[in-house]
Amino acid sequence: MTTTTEVDLDVATYCLRLGDDSLVLAQRLCEWAARSPQLEEDVALMNLALDLLGQARSLLTLAGVREGRGRDEDALAFLRDEPDVVNVQLVELENGDFGRTMARQLLVAAYAVPLWQALCASTDADLAAIAGKAVKEVAYHLDHARSWVVRLGDGTEESRRRVQAGLDEVWPYAVELFELDPLLERLIARGVAADPAALQRVWRVTVEEVLAEATLAVPETSWRPTGGRSGAHTEAFGYLLAELQHLHRSHPGVSW
Amino acid sequence: MTQQPQRLSSGSPLWEVFVRSRRGLSHTHAGSLHAPDAHMALRNARDLYTRRQEGVSIWVVRAGDVVASSPDEKDAFFDPAGDKPYRHPTFYEVPDEVQHL
Repeated sequence: MTTTTEVDLDVATYCLRLGDDSLVLAQRLCEWAARSPQLEEDVALMNLALDLLGQARSLLTLAGVREGRGRDEDALAFLRDEPDVVNVQLVELENGDFGRTMARQLLVAAYAVPLWQALCASTDADLAAIAGKAVKEVAYHLDHARSWVVRLGDGTEESRRRVQAGLDEVWPYAVELFELDPLLERLIARGVAADPAALQRVWRVTVEEVLAEATLAVPETSWRPTGGRSGAHTEAFGYLLAELQHLHRSHPGVSW
Repeated sequence: MTQQPQRLSSGSPLWEVFVRSRRGLSHTHAGSLHAPDAHMALRNARDLYTRRQEGVSIWVVRAGDVVASSPDEKDAFFDPAGDKPYRHPTFYEVPDEVQHL
């Protein structure tokens, strides 16, 4: 058995963060099943959720391997308590209406595209391989979110009002995607992780371009929510996690 | 006329979807869907009809733009071909060496 190094533990934590972002957003999107505004959109949203779940599975599996404590994807997804789950709060916020869901999708996808593009060149070969698959998926996620935000924003008075309101609500939480901490600094120095400052520049350009096309206002805010990466979550998160984990916890070892 | 806002599905026109399953084959009618415009129709088609890797190319056409033969014209259109079996290339021996026919 190989010894676990400090770098392995850093990579494990990084994968957990990215994996939890994908896992929790996938779970949120699933709440739209059978509730979408049209049948076609129901399938589209579930496709996005499945992509995200696939990313989460790869990332949590890799996190478990690097951590070296024998935990697999299921153990990490279903048997961690709230303070140990390290997704950003943006992805756990309740869906709200379709406009708000699409506003969040835009903010997340505009970040995910440069993230996975950068990670394709990660010095960690396993992470780069996951990125190679994810980069195509999130390009479609951005296209999907952009299409809807433009149509809702530049649509009817009601659709515009709703998507702007949803955007205003989720916007402040986006800053958490670009937080820098000592762990990230170490991984960036090794060429493993993506530099959040560079991601934020690309993100800002993409989002502002879409919002301009959608005739929506870029929200102004100085409030900076934080804490997701250290396991502090919003009130809505406990309910999400309970629904996500209850089957596995009620029936340990259950399988299809 | 009611002034109520229409629901998305009923307000969206119908589109016919054609999928080419691989290079060299022609586009085949796969089904139809609702979408507000051509851009979204193409994306909905991608999600509905190519999610199991069924295609390499998609066409969407507004259902209203398809000109179809009428059932009333069935006799005049199709029956005259009924007694012309010689149009089927089944009266030839195909040599074994000929491939891909």
